[in-house]
Amino acid sequence: MDWLANLGRATLDRFAAVGRASYVLYGALIAVPQLKNIPLTIRQMYVVGVQSLSIIMVSGLFIGMVMALQGYTILVDYGAEGSLGPMVALSILRELGPVVTALLFAGRAGSALTAEIGLMKATEQLSSLEMMAVDPLRRIIAPRFWAGIISMPMLTVIFSAIGILGGHLVGVEWLGVDAGSYWSIMQSTVEWNEDVMNGVIKSVVFAFVVTWIAIFKGYDSIPTSEGISAATTQTVVYSSLAVLGLDFVLTAIMFGIE
Amino acid sequence: MKNLIEIESLTFKRGERVIYDNISLQIPQGKTTAIMGPSGIGKTTLLKLIGGQLRPAQGDIKFRGESIPGMTRNRLFKVRRQMSMLFQSGALFTELSVFDNIAYPLREHTKLPESLIKTIVLLKLQAVGLRGAAYLMPSELSGGMARRAALARSIALDPELIMYDEPFAGQDPISMGVLVKLIKELNNALNLTSVVVTHDVTEVMSIADYVYILAEKKIIGSGTPEEIRQSDSSLVQQFLNGEADGPVPFHYPATSLENEFMGAS
Amino acid sequence: MTSRKTEILVGLFVALAIAATLMLAMNVANQGSVGNGETYNLYAKFDNIGGLKVRSSVKVGGVTIGRVENIHLDPEDFTPVVTLSISKQYIEFPETSSVSILTSGLLGEQYVGLQPGFSIDDIENLADGDYIADTKSALVLEDLIGQFLFSRDSE
Repeated sequence: MDWLANLGRATLDRFAAVGRASYVLYGALIAVPQLKNIPLTIRQMYVVGVQSLSIIMVSGLFIGMVMALQGYTILVDYGAEGSLGPMVALSILRELGPVVTALLFAGRAGSALTAEIGLMKATEQLSSLEMMAVDPLRRIIAPRFWAGIISMPMLTVIFSAIGILGGHLVGVEWLGVDAGSYWSIMQSTVEWNEDVMNGVIKSVVFAFVVTWIAIFKGYDSIPTSEGISAATTQTVVYSSLAVLGLDFVLTAIMFGIE
Repeated sequence: MKNLIEIESLTFKRGERVIYDNISLQIPQGKTTAIMGPSGIGKTTLLKLIGGQLRPAQGDIKFRGESIPGMTRNRLFKVRRQMSMLFQSGALFTELSVFDNIAYPLREHTKLPESLIKTIVLLKLQAVGLRGAAYLMPSELSGGMARRAALARSIALDPELIMYDEPFAGQDPISMGVLVKLIKELNNALNLTSVVVTHDVTEVMSIADYVYILAEKKIIGSGTPEEIRQSDSSLVQQFLNGEADGPVPFHYPATSLENEFMGAS
Repeated sequence: MTSRKTEILVGLFVALAIAATLMLAMNVANQGSVGNGETYNLYAKFDNIGGLKVRSSVKVGGVTIGRVENIHLDPEDFTPVVTLSISKQYIEFPETSSVSILTSGLLGEQYVGLQPGFSIDDIENLADGDYIADTKSALVLEDLIGQFLFSRDSE
């Protein structure tokens, strides 16, 4: 009967965790209208956005370059290297931009958020805010949450733009695809709403999920060094899995059904 | 003598483990009350219960006659502005300078102009002797200085009640002396009610007006420092004199050594 | 609390994101010509639409003027009806215009080519909801090969 009890307890624990996560989310969401939070959010945008910029830009450039190189070697066999532009642009805008940005964001900013909040908990900073009659959900969690949700779509757009430029660099400058056809066929194929906006919508969803997991794992961590390191790992693992799973669902909804 | 806080037959559990079993104590207004006891019995928990961060399983905690567990969140937040707590680690905000740390509660809860905030912060820092360190970051302070800075922060809003969580733990004798002096002076100057949770017997006996000793989920002794010293309870005496063995056993509960080695075979 | 440097860097970050969005809008997605704005619908019946899809473009002499909005089968005569959503910028096509399903390049995607007719005095322009009578179906490779073989046999 032990396994049954264990199963029951595990299930109850899960539900309790979902409940606590929802409470954190609620606390973060209702805190939007506070004007006082705007400077704090800007400060957090610096931490999660600006500081992730370099890794996002470098990755975007290389992924665009690799896409162009791979695409060219395949397309040139069919004499269709003119379609390199749309191939690079579509795969980056629809898939690689949102997904890779979210994965890098989870590793770079998400883990840092978890560790930071976990440490604030361990050093009693969160408790002391509460004793000062300041709601830590408002002052600590909410700015980080909103900074994450605002920053990640911006990072995604930057990633995609740089990726397409990287594709241009390799495809046009190096492999000699005609610059006119790279851009013009891309323009006639890529749709603003269907391709660009869907990618941005994806990244907003990913931002929501990754930031939520990161702040919840930090807020809910066991305030010891082991607890924080476990929470940080969990943030990266859970948010990566959530991003990849959600990506499939979103892709099916957006592009799968006509 | 009026009581600021009254704890009535309080029981608190963490999961299945009972931390407090039906304890009652009073904290008189304007006095320094010490709560002592061995490590690991949840003295900090008691402060968190008073602060409303934890809820008791049974019993009641009254702040000026008003039940803390029964308060709404808004009311609790209002009441908390009259209390403050000095955490063991200091709990300074690591990303803010000492000045901003102390200004933080003022900026949160008052609409004072920045010039006035500056004056108040510098005065509070002067009181703890850290005015020169106003623009350092918390990471640049020593442990004792961080605790003094945190003390300045906790008196920033001139609270009625201040709770010290292990203020002397891990301090060198000089810092300890400084802190003892500060607690005593602040109490007299501001007419604060202080609750000091500690296991440093000598220091706290010199500043406390009234002492409670907690052990084994119960209050095992209470009284003025003088009464406590005279206590005939062996448990109290063991605690005061720091004896290794006594009513609080040296050995963690286990079967006898004979059984452990011989019984199994 | 927020230092000046942080604010400037966040500002730069936002500016960079806006620049990237503009680049995607102008250079990648070709936001300018068609897509948004008001449109009106024309209908055309084809015998065979080949590989035409919803969202395929409608072109006049290579200039995109609209998109295929919808494709469905007429329940009475079982012929495909294609709904063409044309930008309101281009309204004055005479009723004699014809549409055909064309392929861009050998392997390219299929699109609807609109050939404007002559506009003579008593001929009205196409308006919202009108059917285009003159249509040419898609060239289906299998049919072509079949015709070719058939005509060779009969020689």
